[in-house]
Amino acid sequence: MRTTTTKRTFLKGMRDGSPFLIVIAPFSMLFGVVGTEAGLNLAQVMGFSVLVIAGSAQFTAIQLMTENTPVLIVLASALAINLRMAMYSASMISHFGPLPLRKRVLVSYLLVDQSYASAMVEYENHPRMTLAHKYAYFLGVMTIVAPFWYAFTYVGAVLGTSIPPEYALDFAVPITFLALIMPALRTLAHVAAAVVSVVLALTLSWIPYNLWLLVAAFCAMVTGAQVELWLERRR
Amino acid sequence: MTYSDLSIWLLIFAMGIGTFLIRFSFLGLVGDRKLSPWVLRHLRYTAVAVMPGLIAPLILWPDATGGVPEPSRLAAAAATLVVGLLTRNVIWAIIAGAATLYSVGYLIS
Repeated sequence: MRTTTTKRTFLKGMRDGSPFLIVIAPFSMLFGVVGTEAGLNLAQVMGFSVLVIAGSAQFTAIQLMTENTPVLIVLASALAINLRMAMYSASMISHFGPLPLRKRVLVSYLLVDQSYASAMVEYENHPRMTLAHKYAYFLGVMTIVAPFWYAFTYVGAVLGTSIPPEYALDFAVPITFLALIMPALRTLAHVAAAVVSVVLALTLSWIPYNLWLLVAAFCAMVTGAQVELWLERRR
Repeated sequence: MTYSDLSIWLLIFAMGIGTFLIRFSFLGLVGDRKLSPWVLRHLRYTAVAVMPGLIAPLILWPDATGGVPEPSRLAAAAATLVVGLLTRNVIWAIIAGAATLYSVGYLIS
């Protein structure tokens, strides 16, 4: 009885994860194309998608690499984007804390925007879910998302070499990022952070080695936090 | 791109390990402890702090045109921004941007 119901929860996870494919498939394919066009070989492009599985950070790395940014600065900028996942990890521990280490390692590897978002909604709607069901649901979502992430990166990487330059693919990253940023501008604090990021990026571009990005990002982050604090105090 | 194969692989592994450690931070290392409100308040803005800054110069001064602003790219960015704001839908915003990029590019070439 118990095994059939965890299986059902796993399948529900897969079903809830499938709408994400509309974004995951083109996004990972684009990464394959952009990575290949930038000069990475197939194994390296796949290495990014399998070892990192974090789209925005991967695109950021590729973009900075096309400008021959020092490796350490590429690394710091890409990881800065992923810092938000510490937040995910902190809120997942209340659900997955009692899991054996091996399973918590797997959950950590698979902790992406999509699995986090669906899990939080599902666990909130079903407060009495057991640990086994929560784990099954989480794995269900990623069983659909992760293979598509890898597979479409591969498709993009293979296609990438055959796309002629007049398609202006250099502009795929700006358009995709712009589209991703818009829904993220939920509050005045988010807007303020984004504006500071843009203004400083444009005015500090004289700083060598693309270090201006980290400076702009740091100031933007502090701005977001301060505006949030200010809005709270005014209430 | 002028990196050696070795440094590309080192970067990939370092990004993989670094990203994993961020995801593993509470689940495996710190355990069940609350993040301080001060830290949370900053982490909330990491994505909107990095991504806009990364793309702003790419939109205004694209490398492909030698760093000169170019109408089809500016129009595409504007279309993505407007459709993204109105629909809050990532896919529609990308489609609007790509369609504008290619149609304006076609019209002025």
